[in-house]
Amino acid sequence: MKNDFRARNHPAYWAFIVHRASGVLLAAFLPLHFWALGQALHGEAKLETFLRWTDQPLVKLCETMLVLLLAAHMTGGVRLLALEFLAWRDWQKSLLAAAAGVALAAGLAFLLNVV
Amino acid sequence: MSTLCVAVWRGQESGRFQEFDVPRRESQTVLDVVTYIQRSLDPTLAYRFACRVGMCGSCAMTVNGRARWTCRTHVDKVGESGRLEIAPLHNLPVVRDLVTDMTDFFDKWARARGQFQGGTTRKDEFARVAPDSPARRLADAAIECIGCGVCYSACDVVAWNPAYLGPAALNRAWTLMNDARDTGNRARLAAVAGDAGCHACHTHMSCSERCPKQIAPTASIAGLKRATIAAALRGDLGDG
Repeated sequence: MKNDFRARNHPAYWAFIVHRASGVLLAAFLPLHFWALGQALHGEAKLETFLRWTDQPLVKLCETMLVLLLAAHMTGGVRLLALEFLAWRDWQKSLLAAAAGVALAAGLAFLLNVV
Repeated sequence: MSTLCVAVWRGQESGRFQEFDVPRRESQTVLDVVTYIQRSLDPTLAYRFACRVGMCGSCAMTVNGRARWTCRTHVDKVGESGRLEIAPLHNLPVVRDLVTDMTDFFDKWARARGQFQGGTTRKDEFARVAPDSPARRLADAAIECIGCGVCYSACDVVAWNPAYLGPAALNRAWTLMNDARDTGNRARLAAVAGDAGCHACHTHMSCSERCPKQIAPTASIAGLKRATIAAALRGDLGDG
């Protein structure tokens, strides 16, 4: 018999899902990122047109999501490195909460900056 | 007297939940509930227990979807809704009803070199281990495992990679790594460094979350990861 969501419903498992999902989504975004950078190869005007397109509110919202994903992936990774390479601390859940807090703060800071 | 609606797994890998009404009593444990069913309602129900006081590790089951030691789990804590679902431990073959075959679980302890390997004889002096030495403290943190299988049942990696040694076996290996008397660490590190060893852990921490003894096998596995990496960098990670 296999575990279902009831066995997995605890903070560290959610952190695992966020870390994996953010990694997959960031990897999926990379081709678009390189395509955008590639616009510069076609001249300044082409890149500028694209950059003006990204000023739309919906695109800015998507960028905020990207920043949030990036921050969540980074803080989650730092948390795992701390867990595995530093001496064990009994407050692993606090570390997890701190990682989530920093990621949310980073996303919010970006959003406030563009609004 | 109020009653508790209890759904109990019947059968083997394939089977179904059978419902029983069990009288609700004060300070009732989940093991009390299962025992009442077997003694008063259906004597064919198969389950396993021994000490009833949280020492032997034989009564672990899946209660409302989570692996727990049933003798120390009060109904008050898990049956607020008046309903309990009791199933055998996950990730282990079901023998019948609530009884699982623990063979794989314990074989993996042996595969992780969980046997103490001393280097002295009865004619030698007793080893003197300072209780406050760092290694002894690390061993202390992980030594109280009762082998109940709750961590193994809660671990998704065990389900994804059936060869994975699992949290309990790796935790045992870590206690011996920190035992100053043990002489088998080279072979032990080689045994836990493979694809089925400590590096397969995804750090879900379900083992640490569910361990009824509040042990953190995640900490032990992290220790083994560091030890195997250090041994590999020294060129000392033998083939066992």
